[in-house]
Amino acid sequence: MIPACRLADLPRGEAHRLDIDPPVSVFHTDDGELFAIDDTCTHQDASLADGWLEGCEVECPLHASKFDLRTGAVDAPPAKLPVRTHEVVVEDGTVYVRLSTEAPNLPPCIASRLAGGPA
Amino acid sequence: MRTVAVVGASLAGLSAARSLRKRGYDGRLVVIGDEPHRPYDRPPLSKEFLAGAIGEADLALERDDEDLRAEWVLGVRATGLDRTERAIRLADGREIRADGVVIATGAAARTLPGTEGLAGVHALRTLDDARALRDELARGGRLVVIGGGFIGAEVASTAYALGLEVTVIEAAPTPLAGPLGEAMGGIVSALHTDHGVQLLCGVGVKGLSGERRVDAVLLEDGRSVPADTVVVGVGARPCVEWLQGSGVALDNGVKCGADGRTSLAGVVAVGDCANWYDPHTGIHRRVEHWTGALERPDAAVATLLAHGATEPGAPRPAYFWSDQYGVKIQFVGHAAGADSVTVEEGTTDDRSFLAVYRRAGRPVAVLGMNQPRLFTRWRKQFTAAAS
Repeated sequence: MIPACRLADLPRGEAHRLDIDPPVSVFHTDDGELFAIDDTCTHQDASLADGWLEGCEVECPLHASKFDLRTGAVDAPPAKLPVRTHEVVVEDGTVYVRLSTEAPNLPPCIASRLAGGPA
Repeated sequence: MRTVAVVGASLAGLSAARSLRKRGYDGRLVVIGDEPHRPYDRPPLSKEFLAGAIGEADLALERDDEDLRAEWVLGVRATGLDRTERAIRLADGREIRADGVVIATGAAARTLPGTEGLAGVHALRTLDDARALRDELARGGRLVVIGGGFIGAEVASTAYALGLEVTVIEAAPTPLAGPLGEAMGGIVSALHTDHGVQLLCGVGVKGLSGERRVDAVLLEDGRSVPADTVVVGVGARPCVEWLQGSGVALDNGVKCGADGRTSLAGVVAVGDCANWYDPHTGIHRRVEHWTGALERPDAAVATLLAHGATEPGAPRPAYFWSDQYGVKIQFVGHAAGADSVTVEEGTTDDRSFLAVYRRAGRPVAVLGMNQPRLFTRWRKQFTAAAS
């Protein structure tokens, strides 16, 4: 498990980005739920933590694809692939993320940049 | 309704087809497109695709597992709409009868008269245009872009990154003054000169020189700008000629209500060809933005399926973006009518700032350069205030 932040430092309606590779973001919804997903939009290099959080969905800050925080599914173009979801655990006021073991769906421009580089 | 024809197979047409199925329409669905391709995404054509960073498969708008149960009639143009027979006439002589029609025929790049047939002269609108231009840019050399609007600026930025020597020519004193206003248009278009791309403003183009292939752009002030390749980015015109005499009222595209309805029952229009009534400002606006083509078809389809008995919801304020020289440019609202523009965060010199346009103290538009997080917050507030 990776520690993300103190729960007290992540107000409702906000997101916290973990600068790991690939980055992961934890979202605290207006209803008080916590979700973690891959931070990079599957269409292009944009940080979903900078996006528009509404209910259990986050809209990419650039091109309006919306991702379901619960499932990672994407609703509308230009993105076509889901983001990974990660398990969130809160212990003693700290938010932890347990990373998915699936392969991430990175956008083509990043995937080609990473190809050949360290995993 | 037993048959719905969607005329136009780009983002607006695809969004309409998706919306029809999502709203439970179970009848025959025919999607007609004049290009031979399945729906693809156009914004990357001037950016990542032109740069060679992504390929054609990456442009597909449909998901691999998506099945809209549509008949795709591609590579053939619609030439007429017969209101009495309720039929779409196609260029190959076929007719498709439909109870409901979604007009999504988009817009076509404007051209310079007298430049047809001259090699090295390109427009950029379609995948085929982009393929041809990409091959041409790979030869390197001097590129002259006629038109300092978004398409022209993005092509200039991509060509600069590919190592070409680039000149941008803009007839107006300031590029992008229409969408961004004079002050911000000047700041955003300074990205060209930041990178050593030559920007010539306030001068019109008289013509092109060259025998079989273009060799220079001739300006109205007598100057001549040498060119190996020329891109003409002087805007687009709505593709509605095929509707002449159909009974569908035309005025800068298809004249529509706030919900996409046209002057003919059972016919709605969406995307770049549609001049929707804007309840915020009380005027009609033909919005050529990607997000409009994505979002508005759902309202038009609701109108179509309800036989016009819908209350149009307020559309989200117009939003568009551009990527130039590695800078993300985002804009929401309408700059026209603003009486002030103030930089609220960052500085224009750093090309990283957020500016708010106001009219009588009320925000009417927001511009961000390399400020996606802050811009998104403003866009959220702005959209909430408008609805």
